[in-house]
Amino acid sequence: MILDGKCPTGPIQQTWDKHRFDLKLVNPSNKRKYNIIVVGTGLAGGAAAASLGELGYNVQAFCYQDSPRRAHSIAAQGGINAAKNYPNDGDSIYRLFYDTIKGGDFRAREADVWRLAQVSNNIIDQCVAQGVPFARDYAGYLDNRSFGGAQVSRTFYARGQTGQQLLLGAYSALSRQIKLGTVKMYERREMLDLVVVDGVARGITVRNLITGKLESYAADAVCLATGGYVNVFYLSTNAMGCSVTAIWKAHRKGAYLANPCYTQIHPTCIPQAGEYQSKLTLMSESLRNDGRCWVPKNKADLNKHPNDIPEEDRDYYLERKYPSFGNLAPRDIASRAAKEQCDDGRGVGPGGRGVYLDFASAIKRVGEDTIRERYGNLFEMYEKITAEDGYKRPMRMYPAPHYSMGGLWVDYNLMSNIPGLFVLGEANFSVHGANRLGASALMQGLADGYFVIPYTIGGYLAGVKPGQVTSEHPEFRKSEEDVKNSVNRLFDIKGKKTVFEFMRELGGLMWENCGMARSKESLEINLKRIPELREEFWKNVKVSGTGSELNQQLENAGRTADFFEFAELLCRDAHHRNESCGGHFRVEYQDAGEAQRDDVNFAYAAAWEFKGTGKEPELHKEPLKFENVHLAVRSYK
Amino acid sequence: MSEHHKTMTFTLIVWRQKGPNDPGKFETYTANNITEHHSFLEMLDCVNEDLIKSGREPIVFDHDCREGICGMCSQVINGMPHGGEKRTTVCQLHMRTFKDGDTIYVEPWRARAFPVIKDLVVDRSALDKVVQAGAYISCHTGGVPDGNAILVPKGAADEAMDAAECIGCGACVAGCPNGAAMLFTGAKVSQYAVIPQGRAEASRRVKSLVTAMQECNFGNCSNHYECQASCPKGIDVKFIARMNREFIKAQFA
Ligand SMILES: Cc1cc2nc3c(=O)[nH]c(=O)nc-3n(C[C@H](O)[C@H](O)[C@H](O)COP(=O)(O)OP(=O)(O)OC[C@H]3O[C@@H](n4cnc5c(N)ncnc54)[C@H](O)[C@@H]3O)c2cc1C
Ligand code: FES
Repeated sequence: MILDGKCPTGPIQQTWDKHRFDLKLVNPSNKRKYNIIVVGTGLAGGAAAASLGELGYNVQAFCYQDSPRRAHSIAAQGGINAAKNYPNDGDSIYRLFYDTIKGGDFRAREADVWRLAQVSNNIIDQCVAQGVPFARDYAGYLDNRSFGGAQVSRTFYARGQTGQQLLLGAYSALSRQIKLGTVKMYERREMLDLVVVDGVARGITVRNLITGKLESYAADAVCLATGGYVNVFYLSTNAMGCSVTAIWKAHRKGAYLANPCYTQIHPTCIPQAGEYQSKLTLMSESLRNDGRCWVPKNKADLNKHPNDIPEEDRDYYLERKYPSFGNLAPRDIASRAAKEQCDDGRGVGPGGRGVYLDFASAIKRVGEDTIRERYGNLFEMYEKITAEDGYKRPMRMYPAPHYSMGGLWVDYNLMSNIPGLFVLGEANFSVHGANRLGASALMQGLADGYFVIPYTIGGYLAGVKPGQVTSEHPEFRKSEEDVKNSVNRLFDIKGKKTVFEFMRELGGLMWENCGMARSKESLEINLKRIPELREEFWKNVKVSGTGSELNQQLENAGRTADFFEFAELLCRDAHHRNESCGGHFRVEYQDAGEAQRDDVNFAYAAAWEFKGTGKEPELHKEPLKFENVHLAVRSYK
Repeated sequence: MSEHHKTMTFTLIVWRQKGPNDPGKFETYTANNITEHHSFLEMLDCVNEDLIKSGREPIVFDHDCREGICGMCSQVINGMPHGGEKRTTVCQLHMRTFKDGDTIYVEPWRARAFPVIKDLVVDRSALDKVVQAGAYISCHTGGVPDGNAILVPKGAADEAMDAAECIGCGACVAGCPNGAAMLFTGAKVSQYAVIPQGRAEASRRVKSLVTAMQECNFGNCSNHYECQASCPKGIDVKFIARMNREFIKAQFA
């Protein structure tokens, strides 16, 4: 089937304004008759729940942590983009739009990206009004820094904790609505099913993580804002609880999953120290403003103290390969370059899997105090983990899974192919194409939550009668029953291997065969191994305790079970896409190490339809048209 | 890699409590094969794997980001919230700060306002209630002025940020002999009080937050400053003084 993203047509500059005007409105006094469920209260869900509550809808919001303030958005460090052009360096909405389309390697929809660039400026205003303490200069004006893939300075930041501050801003707006009674907040709930009645999304079933009770909730529309899925690699920069579960359950109920193979590997993370390790820690891309990436030119220098290696024996490989963007090359490119150096046997640190990120010349230029002011908390974090002082010797970095560009397929209104199911933030596939530029995820989450969904959901609700289905409907009982059965199935196995052991094994396969570089052969290994391992999981996993209590083993087992099904789809998507683009690098399709796109055959979004576990999913294509930014080979040289 | 490092062994004395109504008790476990690179939580993961394999119930503890920012992790280690390392959460505490053979006590936050749910997990919803009482600027989505329309002097922005760095973990409450939430609340009051956008509601805000604090069963402040010592983000007690000033000012507003 050919999918239609329902994008408005006409001059791109007018698309969003015109569309907004064309959307039907819900009468203010009718809004309170509509119930909306928002799953996830990170930047996207938190902003959405607060804004929808303020508009007058009845909102029920859910998260798995003990407070909405702890969503993984909190961990974003570097910053958020906006086309304000405050530094007068040539930025504009058009340029942000252009950079994002190009950065995404021409695999995103133009109209969605335009809208994102357009509302980016409102986001900054909104956050300032909420009291977000962005960095300021001495005159009191907002300050900017640069991020990868852009030649202008458009990133707003709050020390090294931008995500934290933006999330606390959204959380404060949400808290205000909770107090006003427009939003009812359900913490420590995990969504384990989407309830669909007659083809329309009508509610969700969740597990109360404290009591184990299964609860279902009905609504006139359901929004998923449940974040990304790169924990499918086991070791990633995501929080321990991040999972594919919510979107996978929706996928099983008919929602298409688009471009799952577009995963982002972030170039600067602290290298793994041992087997037992539970997660990887990111060092913000903003560090590449002042840090220079290098490895020794000669293998003989690998065991020397980096400060003893003279300038002429260092290979500043990003500056060498990409002179115009240098250390600020986009992430996919910087990650592959790091891997290349290590594959060449010039990687540093344990296992030869590391490159240096060196601040010596910046410290010489602006002084240690300035560097401390810019990135103090990051240096502190680095030292806590590695016991090394980044001011005194270069940091060691290695790429790690970080972000998922793919996600549930949505149209221009952020609605999936299931009517009434909307998807926001990292959980959808919409704007980043095959590679996301730094500081654009925060922008997208808040754009979706504050400035897109409040309009587009109205357009949908205006056409439906409120309260048509309640949680008394038999589909809700059936959903609870299904969830109960799958929970019991996990307990009944009584096997020998722990959930962690399985997840580590799955993650290993994914990183090895479907990570920074993929080939037909490596993907075929996974397509064979994953179903086998999944079968073993269902025969031999050990989950103890009961379902009627706080049981973290059970939570992890459920998430792992979903990752097992999803991983296969991810590999299948990567296998079918016979081209390299952005974060999807197929070794067969390259031109001297640079990704080789195939626009004739693959300029489409691949949206997969679930047909049953282990069964071949059906592929639907949404062709991508580029009418404003011309398809070109992406060059950062 | 782990093979390059000598391994360590620890004796853990851990608080186990089945549920809110269970009296709870300490149990002893051994943590084997731990390297200096293990974080405290990774060490607990290893202990849990052993427990699961030997058919015993793993230790339940809150955690999520494991990089010191979400505020989910919450354990009292050897009597100190987060283990007492300066500016460090439990998830960032590394085993290199302990000595091979050490005995380590692990307990949940203990405070009247934070009832234990299970083992090391407590209910901190009281902190959310304090925020809901008014720790925000009541602006609407949309319809706000340009970000540079109201200038914020760098000093004020920096001070607001110093206060806003709080991760809401509750260590300040756990560390306080009175179970007070003065540092948490003071930081919230101050973050908004020092910037122009937040001034309009300053007196209303401080009054509702102080009331909420009392309603949520938090104790009173008697200037022990244990909160500051326990805080993994180094939030300064000067924000408590600021809240007190704002509170007095609000009585005449
Ligand atoms: C370390 C790190 C640094 C980053 N730095 C930057 C940066 O500098 N700039 C930038 O633009 N982006 C950055 N990113 C990316 C960005 O932070 C995320 O993409 C973005 O915050 C995602 O927001 P979200 O609202 O979509 O999801 P999240 O913030 O992940 O929120 C997900 C929500 O869904 C809930 N949830 C999930 N599953 C379920 C379920 N089954 N049931 C119930 N609730 C569920 C969670 O409780 C949570 O509330 C960074 C990411 C990481 C990991
Ligand atoms: S787990 Fe997030 S702060 Fe420790």
